[in-house]
Amino acid sequence: MESATVALGHAHGEEQHGPPEANQSSRMDRQTLGILLFIVSEVMLFGAFFASYFFLRVVVHPSSWPPHPYELPVAVAGVNTAILVSSSFTIHYALSSIRRGNRTGLKLGLVLTWLLGATFLFIQINEYVHLGFSARDLAFGSIFYGLTGLHGAHVFVGLVLLSFASIRAFRGHFGPEEKDHLGVEVPGIYWHFVDVMWIIVYTTVYIL
Amino acid sequence: MHNPLRSEADAFRWAVIIGGGAVSVIVLTLLTRPVVGVIWAAALIGFGVGVAYRGARGSLPRDVALTRGGDGKYRLLVVANETVGGGALLDRIRDSCRGRESEILVVTPALASSRAAHWASDVDEAIELARQRMELSLIAIGELGLKAKGEIGDSDPNMAIEDALRVFAADEILISTHPPERSRWLEHGVVDRAREQIDLPIGHVVVDLAADRAVS
Repeated sequence: MESATVALGHAHGEEQHGPPEANQSSRMDRQTLGILLFIVSEVMLFGAFFASYFFLRVVVHPSSWPPHPYELPVAVAGVNTAILVSSSFTIHYALSSIRRGNRTGLKLGLVLTWLLGATFLFIQINEYVHLGFSARDLAFGSIFYGLTGLHGAHVFVGLVLLSFASIRAFRGHFGPEEKDHLGVEVPGIYWHFVDVMWIIVYTTVYIL
Repeated sequence: MHNPLRSEADAFRWAVIIGGGAVSVIVLTLLTRPVVGVIWAAALIGFGVGVAYRGARGSLPRDVALTRGGDGKYRLLVVANETVGGGALLDRIRDSCRGRESEILVVTPALASSRAAHWASDVDEAIELARQRMELSLIAIGELGLKAKGEIGDSDPNMAIEDALRVFAADEILISTHPPERSRWLEHGVVDRAREQIDLPIGHVVVDLAADRAVS
């Protein structure tokens, strides 16, 4: 039997021989589905840390938080939050650019995102140096460094992914078609996740 | 239901929304007390979950890949479950295939008894019931002098049609349902969705099994 695959929305005259493409029951490409499943597992990991945090805060130290005499640099961390949040806009700009075929915008967006992420990490490490307490100081110190350090590790991983994407962008990879810029799309989704997690960490640990 | 987070653009939109919510929590906390911020944050989370749930309802529009036949044979895809042996359906099949060299594929979706049974893949009984109905309908179609084969399909009738179209080069699809007041398929928009997604003639046959029984 002669057969051909015809996707709706395209011209039926353009028939091609061979079996239809393999069905993807998830209706998503594998890479995007993979990063989403990974993020689900990461949400559980952060959830475990947040559970510890709230246990310590509500059950162990209900009277004062942070315990006397420790203080957190709310303003500096706030500036750092603004830096990381702005990096979500730059990675989105990078992807919007490549969707329009603007390679310069892609490169600019990726480099800016990388620089903002690196600045965030640098300020956080600097904050650690000047905090005046360590992970050994009470459960408070442990959970503070555990939670913010876990997030910092994610920023570092995100920077590595952005480095690869940037190198590829400067080598002329990626194109406007959706399948041609998955190498930026996937790190982009991860970067937004890292951004959102920091917003939650900052609001919970530094503000509430 | 569908995944509301499917691309970087979706992720960015959520990041902006969550960022906006966090700013309001921070401002409220700094202006009042942390407990007020916690209550506001909890309210926002609840609202956000509700919005996400509403946004995830329904199916996304999609294209269904078709296999085209090239041998001039008329191929009819019949999708039916409880009504698969109904008189109106058999009449329609006979009319559609009259005077043509035809090939018929009867797909009977295995309908789980409940949503819990569906999610737990507890569909053995449903598959067996579907098989029994399908075999009876194949006999009935054979008595019309037509050649037919049968398959058990996915419990989602639209997915069952899509699966069948990947291997069967249908020229027309017939979907058989109960009358509108008793049909869950019609309630869930199975026929309308199939017409939106599939660029083939799609016929809808209403089978009233009670009337069939009264006649016989």
